[in-house]
Amino acid sequence: MSRKVLLIEDEPNIAEAIRFLLTREGWQVETHAEGADALQVIQGASPDLVILDVMLPGKSGMEILRDLRELEDMQGLPVLMLTARGQSRDREMAENAGVSRFMTKPFSNTEMLTAVRDLHAQATQS
Amino acid sequence: MRDTLTGSRIRERRQIAGMRQAELARRVGISASYLNLIEHNRRRIGGKLLVDIATVLAVEPSVLTQGIEATLIAALREAAADAVGQQAELDGLEEFAGRFPGWAGVLAQMHRRVVSLERTVETLSDRLTHDPHLAASMHEVLSTAAAIRSTAAILADTQEIEPEWRDRFHSNLHQDAERLADSSKSLVAYLDESDSAGDHRGVPLEDVEAFFDANGHHFPLIEQGGPGAEIDLSDLDSATAKSLTRDFLDIYAADARAMPLEDVQAALAESALNPLQLASRFSVDLATVLRRLAALPDGYLGRPTGLVVCDASGSILFSKSAPGFAMPRFGEACPLWPLFQALNRPLVPIRQRIVQLGRTAAVFDCYAYAWPQFVSGYDEGPVYRSVMLVRSVEDVAQDEQAVARVGPSCRVCPHSDCKSRREPSILSEGF
Repeated sequence: MSRKVLLIEDEPNIAEAIRFLLTREGWQVETHAEGADALQVIQGASPDLVILDVMLPGKSGMEILRDLRELEDMQGLPVLMLTARGQSRDREMAENAGVSRFMTKPFSNTEMLTAVRDLHAQATQS
Repeated sequence: MRDTLTGSRIRERRQIAGMRQAELARRVGISASYLNLIEHNRRRIGGKLLVDIATVLAVEPSVLTQGIEATLIAALREAAADAVGQQAELDGLEEFAGRFPGWAGVLAQMHRRVVSLERTVETLSDRLTHDPHLAASMHEVLSTAAAIRSTAAILADTQEIEPEWRDRFHSNLHQDAERLADSSKSLVAYLDESDSAGDHRGVPLEDVEAFFDANGHHFPLIEQGGPGAEIDLSDLDSATAKSLTRDFLDIYAADARAMPLEDVQAALAESALNPLQLASRFSVDLATVLRRLAALPDGYLGRPTGLVVCDASGSILFSKSAPGFAMPRFGEACPLWPLFQALNRPLVPIRQRIVQLGRTAAVFDCYAYAWPQFVSGYDEGPVYRSVMLVRSVEDVAQDEQAVARVGPSCRVCPHSDCKSRREPSILSEGF
């Protein structure tokens, strides 16, 4: 069965590169570039994993994550968060909001693929 | 060439020593009025009297005649205080500066450069946190770098890539490289602008402070009774900055009328600095005295002075920097400053000696006072403002006052155990 990742990122060329990498790994990749309706899109897409940028138009990734974790059926959904700000307090804020993994831009493709593989493996084991 | 500044140097050294004119005159056996003429370079001095004065002031006579500038000595003292793991021979400081003025100058210059660079780091750190334009620019640069890194790695590492994907990634790379070049240029231009004279930072209060700094916080036209409205504000870009400056100049003019410069000078010559005594003598409140003292020309108070004014929310409304006293660029100062303590005890004059932690660990005497900005009506609580005069301390060792430990702002404060900390510091050990 195909694994689905929802990529919420407003930077089109990052989205395109990640889509290419994950498609080659056998993932079905859906992309979305808006923050305002991202929560509804996640609920509608029922992905196995979400890659979420922090700075999005309309609503920040941090807010989306907090709202997502309030939903009972979304507590265990793996969320990999991408940000250009790697300060410890941003990381702490993301952890408090319920992030599964936090990754600072610019990241390497290997880092990205490893994180996605690890998160998916943890989710399927639990 | 005859040296015409010996008197000025005597005055400077006497003020550094914290000695009243009358006391020095008495100890060398001349009248205070004669010493006053000497100090204003209106009487020549030499021979035994010069040696006697130098002895009382504990300096070499050549320091008074040839002039090792007090600023150089002060800079060397600061450099010695900041040195980590090195104990400088402070007793021999003046001898060193006298014998090797060139090397002393180099050392002082290097120290000033280090302090300036540290200030730049603090400013940039502050900006990264609070400046929305900079945060957005950094995000743009890093996002573009992330796109380029991923795309370039795909092209370099993928063995077989479909031609249409390859063409698309090439095009993306080109597009992102252009974008990165543009956003980097715009970021550099923004940072450069902030340090130039024609600064367009868009923060009116900074423009106001830059204006006051450029004028040395002193306006001879107003001192001579002229209207503040005639001060040229054409260098200020925004209407807000002009309006704020006009308000501060009005306060300055009112303070100058209440405490005329010549009278303040006379009062300071008669006794050591005591803001409360000055308030009583001029029948003004302490806030007026503290503002007025900060607006005096260089040299009146012997040591450099700074000023900070905040409102009841703790927002900094106005500041005059004092060498070594770090002030955050966008408010959010250390809550332990006497400025904020005064807000807890309105109308109670506070005098506190502080050490500002950080790389310099400089010591200052602070006078703070909170006063009601206005009373709007019966049974309505006043809204307070607070003012703090900051005065650098020359010789810490001789003083017996308790020294309170404060920081500049949490982000650049090394006091890790501080109970008042708002956020982690960016300073690591050895920074």
